[in-house]
Parts: sequence; structure tokens; C-alpha cells
Amino acid sequence: MSLHSSSPAPAEAIALAGLDLAAPPAPVQPVAVRLEGVRRVFGSRAVLDGIDLEVRRGEFVSLLGPSGTGKTTLLRILAGLDRADGGRVEVASARSVVFQEPRLVPAKRVWQNVVLGHVQNRVTRSLAAAALEEVGLGRHVDVWPKTLSGGEAQRVALARALAGEPNLLLLDEPFAALDALTRIRMHDLVAQLWRRHLPAVVLVTHDVDEAILMSDRVIVLSGGGIRFDARVPLERPRKRGDAGFAALRARLLAELGVASPEAGGHA
Amino acid sequence: MTVQPPPPSFVASGASQTPASAALDLVDLSPRSGQTPARSRFGKTARFASRALVPALLLAVWQASSNLGFVAPEVLPSPAEIIAAYAELIRTGELQSAIPASLARALTGLALGASVGLALGLFAGLWRVGEELFDAPLQMLRTIPFIAMIPLFIIWFGIGEQAKIALIFGATIFPVYLNTYSGVRGVDQKLIEAARVFGLSHGRIATRVIIPTALPSILVGLRFAAGVSLLALVAAEQINARSGIGFILINANQNQRTDIIIAGIIVYALLGIVIDLVMRLVERLALPWRPSLVLA
Repeated sequence: MSLHSSSPAPAEAIALAGLDLAAPPAPVQPVAVRLEGVRRVFGSRAVLDGIDLEVRRGEFVSLLGPSGTGKTTLLRILAGLDRADGGRVEVASARSVVFQEPRLVPAKRVWQNVVLGHVQNRVTRSLAAAALEEVGLGRHVDVWPKTLSGGEAQRVALARALAGEPNLLLLDEPFAALDALTRIRMHDLVAQLWRRHLPAVVLVTHDVDEAILMSDRVIVLSGGGIRFDARVPLERPRKRGDAGFAALRARLLAELGVASPEAGGHA
Repeated sequence: MTVQPPPPSFVASGASQTPASAALDLVDLSPRSGQTPARSRFGKTARFASRALVPALLLAVWQASSNLGFVAPEVLPSPAEIIAAYAELIRTGELQSAIPASLARALTGLALGASVGLALGLFAGLWRVGEELFDAPLQMLRTIPFIAMIPLFIIWFGIGEQAKIALIFGATIFPVYLNTYSGVRGVDQKLIEAARVFGLSHGRIATRVIIPTALPSILVGLRFAAGVSLLALVAAEQINARSGIGFILINANQNQRTDIIIAGIIVYALLGIVIDLVMRLVERLALPWRPSLVLA
């Protein structure tokens, strides 16, 4: 794993040139995730039963689904923390994960946590400092993790995930444990970092609004398979009040088996 | 700050029987003026005085009962006589040669025992094969009171220095082993998983994640072992000591010098305090990331 990819992708060059950051990435991006017929069985129950999925670099995909439908199992398979029992799994080798908890090593300073997987010297320290600067923690390079608030610690986890210049960024409910205001700031930060680095992002979440706000594409898992897979047809930046937002929200809630109170009014 | 009655709509819900205009029973929790800054300085002195009170009283009663002849000096010499005993021990140079001799014994045994305990604890904690090989035997050996080994050690190692060091060594392995093992095993699996995701090799997971995170527990084991090493020292020095505090005690015992015996016991206690303070300092320096220690 290298800390910096030597040749930036065209989309990054565009972003650096200060052009419209919200513009869609270059039309054909390389594949970052390719799943064919993936199965994962716990005991006699197939949590994942024949999942086919392709995610390209620069694409932001949200995975929704009721508890126990295998969202996290799928993410763990993508991360290499769990093995599928059948099917084909191909993922980008440069990948990283942000978990629900920050998972920082308390005995290591913040910058050492950011470059945990690398040699730790003056060069990597400045790389860590740059990554921390990006998440707004440039002044916390040398502090101990226990002195950080929950939101700050999660931003360090984000900096750690981005420091490896991943082609695939896996987010396992990274905002679930944050307070509402911090969560909104984190949404903005993740969106901004995604536009700048354009990795493929797979976000596991319970929050339908979060999925619609952030992603290009929303997938609902149910009964071991993909029940719903659609692009989000809304312009960015998105607002909860938009008519299209409400319609998609109602649709997703219906797919998740929740009757939306406003479904009758907006749909 | 004024207290306003709740808005009428709230009262109208009928949840409360109190009329809207009646004052509520308020408790004053605001800070009392001028008390906080003065309290800390005066409080420190007062706290120290109240802690020192009972020991000082005991000393006074002890000295008084000796002066009044309630206790025979052969049984319990007065504090003043014990101080005189120290003066005698220092004048003859016995104390100055005894403390380094005893400390060297304790520290040699501790260094050996702690090293072995640490190595075994890391081996059993990090590798399954280590656990399978060593954990059950060590848990069995741990239940033997080390003092019970003295006769056997005398047969094995004689009555010289070897037996003493061996006893301290045997006693200090276990606290370090147990705390190292449980500290390593207690590291959050989620941290190890995150380290795997970020591509750390097994060696780096051990050195960057597990051992640093287990260090507080390892140091607790070391502090424990330091205390035990002193206990074992006292027991070991009862075996034909030719130097050290034990030698002073054996001589004093033969000469019926109760004052010197008590003086020697107090030296053991002081050594214990000093070793504990040193270990606390080591912990503070080694664990700057623990906020409780930074703020202490």
C-alpha cells in the first residue's frame, strides 16, 4: 500500500483545477468492487445468497436494509475481514475502512494512528499532518486519542482511512454514534473528501435520509439479496425538503418495510 | 434570574394540582461566594493534619507508656530508643552496607523473575501455542505459596545467595506473567481488526497495537512483583544471611536487641514505600497517554 498514488486520476486533476467539483467523474472509471453470486452462510441461514454488485471508482453507494440482512457482513467481506462461502469477490487492493467506533490505538499519538500501517518517521508524520489538516484537525497532530471528542476521534479515523489514498473506502455506519450536529458536519466533510479523492465509497447505514443525501446509488438488501438498486436522480447539493427527496424517501421506506407517515401526501 | 410560571397551555393539560400562580419549592444550588478559592489551600493543610493525627497520637502514647514504665524496654522499646538504634547502626556502618546488599538481592531476583514472567506472558498472550504450553502449568505453580518452597530451595541451592535469589525469582514470575497475559488478551479485538484492515503485519500488530495497549496492565504486574520481591526478600534473608537487613535482624535477635529488630523492620517498610513510589513514577513516565495519570 502506498501513501500517495503517483499519477492522479483525471477526475482528481479536474478537482484540483478548481472546476465544478460536483460534476460527475470521467465516464468510464475502473471497477473497484466486483461481486458475483456471493454467498455467506451462518449455521443454516444464508445471510447473503447470490449477491451481484459492481461499483466503480468515484461512485458513492449506500447499502440500506433492516437489521440482520447482512449489510455489515457484506462490508466485512469487502474489507477482507470475513470470507464469502461462495461466489466471486474482487475488490481494489488499496482500500480502507471507517468503523462505527473510531478504533484508535490509545497508546499512539493521533498522527501515529493515522499512519498506523506505515513506517513512522518524519516523512509519514507530515503526510499524517496533511491528512489531519484535511479533516480539520491540523492542530491535533501530536495529542493522545483520549483527549479527543467523539466527533474528532471519528475524523481521525477518516483521516487514517484517506491517508492510504484508497480506491475503495468502506464506511460501516460511521456516523451512527455521533450527535446530530456533528453528524451533519461529518456528512459534509465526507462528501467533500469524496469529491476531492474520488474513491469508490460503500456506506452501510440505517438512515434513509443519509443515504439519499450522500450517495449516487442506493441499494436495499433484504432476504439475502439485493431488493432494490437505483441511482439517486437528484442534483447536488440535496435538501430534505425537495419533492424528489421525499418521493425517494417514501419509496425506500416502503422497500424497507416501514410505512412512511408522509407517503400518502408526497408520493 | 426570575422564575416564571409555566405558560397557561401547559397548566391546562391538568397534569398538576398546583395553582398556576403558586411559587414552587426551589432549592438554592448556586455557588457560595468566596468559599472555593480559600478552601483548596486551607483544605490541604487540614487534610494533612487530620491524616497525621492518629499516627502522631499513637507515637505519643507509645513514648509516654515507655516513659511511665507501662511496657518493659526489652518487649517494646520507646520511639526514642529506636532512633538511637538507628544512630548506632549508622555509626557502625551496618545500615549503610545492609541496605545496598538487600536491595541488590531484591532487584536481581525481581529483574530475573519479571523478565521471565514478561516473556512467558507475551508468549502465552500472543500465540495460542504459548498459551497451550505454559498457561495451565503456570496457573498450577502459582497456587504454591513461595514461602513453602524455602526448605526445598535450601536443599537445591544451599544456604548461600543462590537460594535467596531463587526464592525472589520464583515469587516474582507470577504477578508479571498473569498481568501481562491478561493485559495482552484484554486488548480490544476491534482494534486488532482495524489494524488488520490497515495492512499491519502480525509483528507490527503486536508491537504497535497490542503491547502498547497492554502496557498499563504489564506495569501493574511489575509493581505487584516489586512488592512481592520485598516480601520474598524478608523470607529469604531469614536463611542464614551474612549481609543485608536480614543479617542485622538475625544478630539483633541473638543479642535480644528489640530496638534494632524494630529498626530493621521499619527499614523493610521504608524500602517497600520507596519501591512503590519508583514504580508509580515509572508508570507515569511510561503511560503519558492515560489522562488519569496526566492530570494526577
